[in-house]
Amino acid sequence: MAGSMQQAHSKVARKLLLLTVCMFGFGFAMVPIYDVFCDLTGLNGKTGRVSEAQSARMGVDENRLITVEFVSTINGGAGPWEFAPAQAKMQVTPGELYTTHYRARNLSAAERVGRAVPSVAPAVASRYFQKTQCFCFEKQDFAAHEAREMPLTFVIDPRIPPGVDTVTLSYTFFNAEPA
Amino acid sequence: MSAAADAHHDDHHGSGYGWKRWLYTTNHKDIGTLYLWFAFVMFIIGGIMALIIRAELWTPGMQITDPQFFNSMTTMHALVMIFGVVMPGFVGLANWMVPMMVGGPDMAMPRMNNWSFWILPFGFGILLSTLFMEGGAPAAGWTIYPPLSLQGGDHVPFMIFAIHILGVSSVMGAINIIATILNLRAPGMTLMKMPLFVWTWLITAYLLIAVMPVLAGAVTMLLTDRFFDTSFFSAAGGGDPVMFQHIFWFFGHPEVYILILPAFGIVSSIIPTFARKHLFGYSSMVYATASIAFLSFIVWAHHMFTVGMPLAGELFFMFSTMLIAVPTGVKVFNWVATLWKGSMTFETPMLFALGFIIMFTIGGFSGLMLAITPVDFQYHDTYFVVAHFHYVLVPGAIYSIIAAVYFWIPKWTGHMYDETLGKWHFWLSTIFVNVLFFPMHFVGLAGMPRRIPDYALQFVDFNQIATIGAFGFGFSQLIFLYLVVKCIKGGEKATDRVWEGAHGLEWTLSSPPPYHSFSTPPEVKAEHHI
Repeated sequence: MAGSMQQAHSKVARKLLLLTVCMFGFGFAMVPIYDVFCDLTGLNGKTGRVSEAQSARMGVDENRLITVEFVSTINGGAGPWEFAPAQAKMQVTPGELYTTHYRARNLSAAERVGRAVPSVAPAVASRYFQKTQCFCFEKQDFAAHEAREMPLTFVIDPRIPPGVDTVTLSYTFFNAEPA
Repeated sequence: MSAAADAHHDDHHGSGYGWKRWLYTTNHKDIGTLYLWFAFVMFIIGGIMALIIRAELWTPGMQITDPQFFNSMTTMHALVMIFGVVMPGFVGLANWMVPMMVGGPDMAMPRMNNWSFWILPFGFGILLSTLFMEGGAPAAGWTIYPPLSLQGGDHVPFMIFAIHILGVSSVMGAINIIATILNLRAPGMTLMKMPLFVWTWLITAYLLIAVMPVLAGAVTMLLTDRFFDTSFFSAAGGGDPVMFQHIFWFFGHPEVYILILPAFGIVSSIIPTFARKHLFGYSSMVYATASIAFLSFIVWAHHMFTVGMPLAGELFFMFSTMLIAVPTGVKVFNWVATLWKGSMTFETPMLFALGFIIMFTIGGFSGLMLAITPVDFQYHDTYFVVAHFHYVLVPGAIYSIIAAVYFWIPKWTGHMYDETLGKWHFWLSTIFVNVLFFPMHFVGLAGMPRRIPDYALQFVDFNQIATIGAFGFGFSQLIFLYLVVKCIKGGEKATDRVWEGAHGLEWTLSSPPPYHSFSTPPEVKAEHHI
């Protein structure tokens, strides 16, 4: 009697411990789930990336002209950097490839590493803002006082919803060295 | 391992004398008592923090704290009250009552029960020690949003490990409660005959097991972001701080039901006793509790309407949140229907239970207001939110714990408590708790933000009223302490049934009950025990 009761207790405890471990894993699984969800929906201003061959197959919509604005922010804690777009805005035709660049300069006398994180507004446009070449998310090594141009090649997918005539690409520049 | 192991000793308590009795105990009643006293000590500590906050807010400008310490107080007050008072309070009640209510001898896993309790003081020791560290205690709010929460001083890893320990304690307690309920019910005690306190605790225990590990995961990610160069939440590395809010509130919203479902069970035991009627709509109460638990998993983002979600998301979370009002409304309706044409008397537990129904419902309504996305943009992070969750937690969860203590303390000690003092305690608490929290609705609607030590001149009057209420409410609790100590020491002998209208297995035991509740399982009669 007492033995079978012990067995019943350990059975319940084992199942519930398994559930506990699964839910601990689920907490971490929410990280990739969140990313996939944002990619699929274009939420959070996440932009896409395509190859040049893919962009060539998009076709060109000659009837639309979209204004692309470029802005930059230097993160509050990032320290002395200069980071700005070469051009404030461009008129682009959906489906055609364009290249522009951002300029970055390390204003300090030490070697430093920076990293730029992009975001697109309005959110509905972010899925249609495709880049073939970008410096985003990559660690950028800078020597003391080094200045550099960082190129960006992009195409606006012609399927971009009607009504969107201005798209803003924003880069935030962070210090990428471990704190 | 089993309760039988220490049965060779004697009938009064287990192995060990003095402090060893409490350290080594595996008895559900001893551990329940430890949990309840622990909760009371934490209630005093968290209460002192609340009074420091209210004293600072007596007038605009900085009086007795600096802003960093003020923010530590709001953060620590919340952590202590949630994890140190309400949760251990309910676990203590579950320890005392669940084995007696289902007709079992003890908890299913008595040794693990001892562990669940005894790691708690260490967890809180670690958490409270941060108050004396360089850089002070956690000050980024109990929601520990990064990046702010990661910018603290030495306290960050201590806070995270403390949360891990509290989580382990809760999960072990929950596993024990589920095993007790599933395996130790007396013959004839089917699930749908269980008292509602047992039902609500069964569901709460599942919620705990489902979400405490998610919180553990979230704080582990904070730890690796801070010390191991990961970028879960750091935008510089491509992470996203808003994602933390999603993970946190996936834990956080079920957590707020963990803090209230056992209260529903307590009130569902007390109301029928003093109305001298069976509970109206027993099965609808069970289903409503289960529905609330389910809905709690799909409403989390209503805590973060202002982060910039798309319209579809705002609408989904608004409507799913409003849906919770339906099962909650069923509960309130059932309690009122139980009172209807009952032969009511107003002993102290009944007063606290009635106070619960009225004031919890006020908190529920302000919750509905907050659920409306467009107006939430105005209410977000104001004192209106503070008023809302304090109405559901203080005259809600805390009142239910106090009501439960009054209701069952004659059973626990074998003595009746002092009814006059109990009534003083109720009326002083109820007047002051409203003086304390009601004006917060007004300053909140007028735009006073929460978690800020200074405020604009036009809010002075309401803040001073609230501060008077806070000190009144705080000191009224000393009556409770005195009353409980007096009741333990002696008093009028309690009968086994204690209350005229009481039903349920716990009332068939002697007052105080024997050290091992039901050594032979009792027979459960056909009519259900509520």
